[in-house]
This record gives sequence, structure tokens and C-alpha cells, in this order.
Amino acid sequence: MIGQETIVSLKQKFASGELTPADYITQLHAEISAHDVEIGSYLNCELDKALEQAKNADLSLPLGGVPIAIKDNINTLGETCSCASKYLESYRAPYDATVIEKLLAAGAIPFGRTNLDEFAMGSATENSALKTTKNPRALEYIPGGSSGGSAACVSANLAVASLGSDTGGSIRQPASHCGVVGLKPTYGRVSRYGLVAFASSLDQIGPMTKTVEDAAVLLEVLAGHDPREATSVDEPVPAYTQSLKKGVQGLKIGLPKEYFGEGIDPQIKTKILEIAEGLKQQGAEIVEVSLPHTEYAIATYYILAPAEASSNLARFDGVRYGHRSADVSSIDELNVKSRSESLGDEVKRRIILGTYVLSSGYADAYYEKAQKARQLISQDFDEAFETVDALLTPSVPHLPRKRGENSDPLKDYLEDLCAIAVNLAGNCAISVPVGTLGDESLPIGAQIIAPHFKEETLFQVGSAIETL
Amino acid sequence: MKAKIDVSYIAQLAQLELSEQQTELFQSQLESILGFIDKLSELPMDQEPAAHGQRLSASLRQDVVGQSLSAEAVIANAPAAQDLLIKVPKVVADA
Repeated sequence: MIGQETIVSLKQKFASGELTPADYITQLHAEISAHDVEIGSYLNCELDKALEQAKNADLSLPLGGVPIAIKDNINTLGETCSCASKYLESYRAPYDATVIEKLLAAGAIPFGRTNLDEFAMGSATENSALKTTKNPRALEYIPGGSSGGSAACVSANLAVASLGSDTGGSIRQPASHCGVVGLKPTYGRVSRYGLVAFASSLDQIGPMTKTVEDAAVLLEVLAGHDPREATSVDEPVPAYTQSLKKGVQGLKIGLPKEYFGEGIDPQIKTKILEIAEGLKQQGAEIVEVSLPHTEYAIATYYILAPAEASSNLARFDGVRYGHRSADVSSIDELNVKSRSESLGDEVKRRIILGTYVLSSGYADAYYEKAQKARQLISQDFDEAFETVDALLTPSVPHLPRKRGENSDPLKDYLEDLCAIAVNLAGNCAISVPVGTLGDESLPIGAQIIAPHFKEETLFQVGSAIETL
Repeated sequence: MKAKIDVSYIAQLAQLELSEQQTELFQSQLESILGFIDKLSELPMDQEPAAHGQRLSASLRQDVVGQSLSAEAVIANAPAAQDLLIKVPKVVADA
């Protein structure tokens, strides 16, 4: 399959003349047309503009001619940005997000819009109002979410690499379920200008790739300060690819005991401990550490994220863009009906939860309490990183479940157990595939967590794990 | 704290209209979520609240005029527009 190429292998083929970007993108489009009917990773994939860009690709640039699939909540001029919501189904982006500008400046071709849980709220992509996405490794199973389409297209070899967004595990969890690499950069590392906001104190954009090396190549392009995004941090962007293949000799890696206890599938635990043993044999020092407030992370998240979402999603009022209810007689009716007709149940549930925890008389009991809990969760990581260079955990506590099997939202929330504390603390983390389990050969991922702005450690440990 | 959430009232604050069936379903689902969230009551609360995971300081920039989107580009997504203005139902009630 033509889509098996990685960024690095594709660049070599372009450089040698074995392939041209225009031929490649034409063939990739044909593969998508033939095979994505079954997987459902893309919401749409427009060839014409991409082919034009491919014909003019500058191969001397870092990503010259390389197509990258984009989660449909990141604005790309002239393309859809539906957030997999009925509300934004017909919206066309009037500008490029900063990450898209950066991809274009590096010679890449944004190609294809991937499915997601509506407004990135979910962990199975079953909350998409527009399409069902299947796990390419086992079609009866969920691909994870919310970046399920971005994970599935890479896993199914229908994309070289993709961009996702991660608010509470939405890059790492689907990456783990689909057997690909998924990176959530440090909060502030990548500009979110042009990403449709879900929970602004948590959201980050990151790469989803076939190899750790590709993730490093992409992050080098995506990272950096953006004056249009006040939370993006003005820190130098290291040459991440130089930290690959450095080995783990002398690194101290912590196993947080809370990530190996109750609520974790014992087979996954065993697999991650084997990985730790492998790293030890390569010269890393493995120690047990504790992040004592881990058990409070999900509760904290499900106050803060819905609170922020209820505010961010107030902009979808039927006035300036998106769905507008027909036949309304007042502006209030227009607001209420436009929202109610076009937002899905999970989105409404979270808006209501967020409105409740911010409402008069409850804000102290919930919102402020959650912010204080967040402080403790952040301190756990700070303290752990005083003694270790990185943490190793499962990416997800269980194997993916079958599609359509869960009707209890709280149960799905708990599946982000290993991912969410990292968003609350703002650290960076990567999920790296480490094999499969069970009769269905369902993929599992190992998560590496590093201190703020130490993505190079993720690449260092991640590339070592790939050799095990 | 046993959470009791008045879903209809909160939905109204959030400018959402729910069916009776949705209201009932959300009521039980949200109360179960709030019951889970109540776990935070076990924690000490004498530390400072954290607004995000990074120790960010306010980022200021020079107040200079930059390029913004054209009116045409913005209006292109409006559900109803005329002469580069967005049309909405009457906002001010009759006297």
C-alpha cells in the first residue's frame, strides 16, 4: 500500500525521484477512495487544491510535498472545519490555523479532514454527528477518540501522518488503540490559533505518526511561539530529531505506582513492565515513584473541561456562522433553537455540566475546588521530575471496547485515567505502540511523560522503545 | 454533598432546550457524574488554585494595527446576510 510510507521514507523517495508528490497524492487519494469507505477515518478529502500544491512542492523544504491529514477542528483556509458537528457542517474556514501556516511553510500539503468526536468530546469517536470511524486493526472495535479519524487513517495506511488535538488524552488514547504514535506536546509548545477551542487551559495540537522519528520531524515544524496565541510560550525549539537514537543509558525512568494498580488491565500492566525491563537492559535506571493525587484527576478534569467548554461553546449561537434554525421570531429563540437542533447529546451534557459547576452558589464548591486539586496534581509531577527524567505508564487502562457497547458516559470518562493528569499538569507525553494483545490482536501503547518542554526526552525514550 | 441538579433550569442558562426524555436521562447521568466528582471533597483545600498546568505569566504585545479578515471572508459563513451585514430577527422589542 502506498500509504505505508513514513514522512522520512517518503522524503527519500521524492529526493531520489522514485516518486513525485503529485503522483503520490493522486495514488493516495485513490487508496482513500477505495478503502476509507470501510474505515471512515476521513470526513472529506479534496484532491484538486492538494494536487496543485503537490505540483508546486519545493522538495528542499523539511516536509516538501508530504501530505498531512488534519483533524476537522483545525481551520484550513477554504476547507471544512465541522468539528464533526451538525452545527458547523457547512462552515468553510476563512483562514489558516498557525499549525497549517507552519506546515505550508515547511512544504507540507494539508490533505484530508479527519473524523472526531463532536467538538473533540469523547474517547471513541462515537460522538461524531457525521460519521462512524472503525478501528482499522479490528473493525468491530472503537478507534478511540476524540482524534479517532486522525489515528485510524495513519493506522490504515491511508495517510502518512496526521494532526490531532489532545484535551484529555484525545491524541494518545486513539493512537494507543490504533497502534500508532501520538504526541501531546507541552501546554504552550504549539500554537492553538485556529484550533476550535474546547477547554482552553488543556487543549494542545500534536502529531500522529507511524514512527517516533516522524513525530519528532513534525513537532520541529509545529512548535514555536505565536504572537496570536497568548498561551504559546517563547521557548527555543530544539532540533528534536537529534535526540532520536541517543539511547537511554543513564536516564532515570519512573514507574508511577498509581498507574499500575486498580483499574488497569493486568495484561497491559505486564506488557508495560516488560518494556521497563527492556529499557533497563539498555542502561536506564528504573525506579518506582508515586503521583499520589492521580485518583483525583478525572474528577478534576470533568469540572474544569466542561466549565471551559460551556463558555467556549457559547459562541455557537446561530448568528454569525453555522446552523441557524428556520422560522424563528426572536433573537433568543434563534439562539436556543439553533443550538438545540444542531448540538449532539454529549456536547449538551458537557455544556450543562459546565454551566452547573460555574453557576451561582456552586462555583466555589466545584470550580475552585477543582483548580485547587489541579495544583496538587501538578505538584505531583513536579516532585516526581525532581528525581526522574521521565515516567513510563500504560497509555490506556484497557484494550479498546467494541463499538456501540457503552451507553454510560461516566464509564467512558474513566478510560482516560492514564492520560488526563498530564493535561491538567501541562506536561508533554507520547504514546508509542508496543505490540498487541488477545485473539483480535488489539494494539496497546506505552506512555512516556516528561517535564514541561522536555519533548526531546520523549523522543529519546520513545525511539528506544521502538527497538525493543 | 448529594448533588441535585435542576437540569431544565441549567439548560435554560446554557441556552439549550431539552426534550422531556433528554432532561430525565441527563438528570440521572449528570447526578452520577457529580457523585463521582464529589471525590474532591477528600482533598485539602489550603493551596492556591491553578488556572493551568504551566506557570505562565500574562503575555503582552505591542498594540499595533495588524491584518484582519476581510468582511467578505467573514460574511461568507453567515446564515443570512445583506450588504456585508449579518441579518437577525428583530432584537429590540416594539414599544
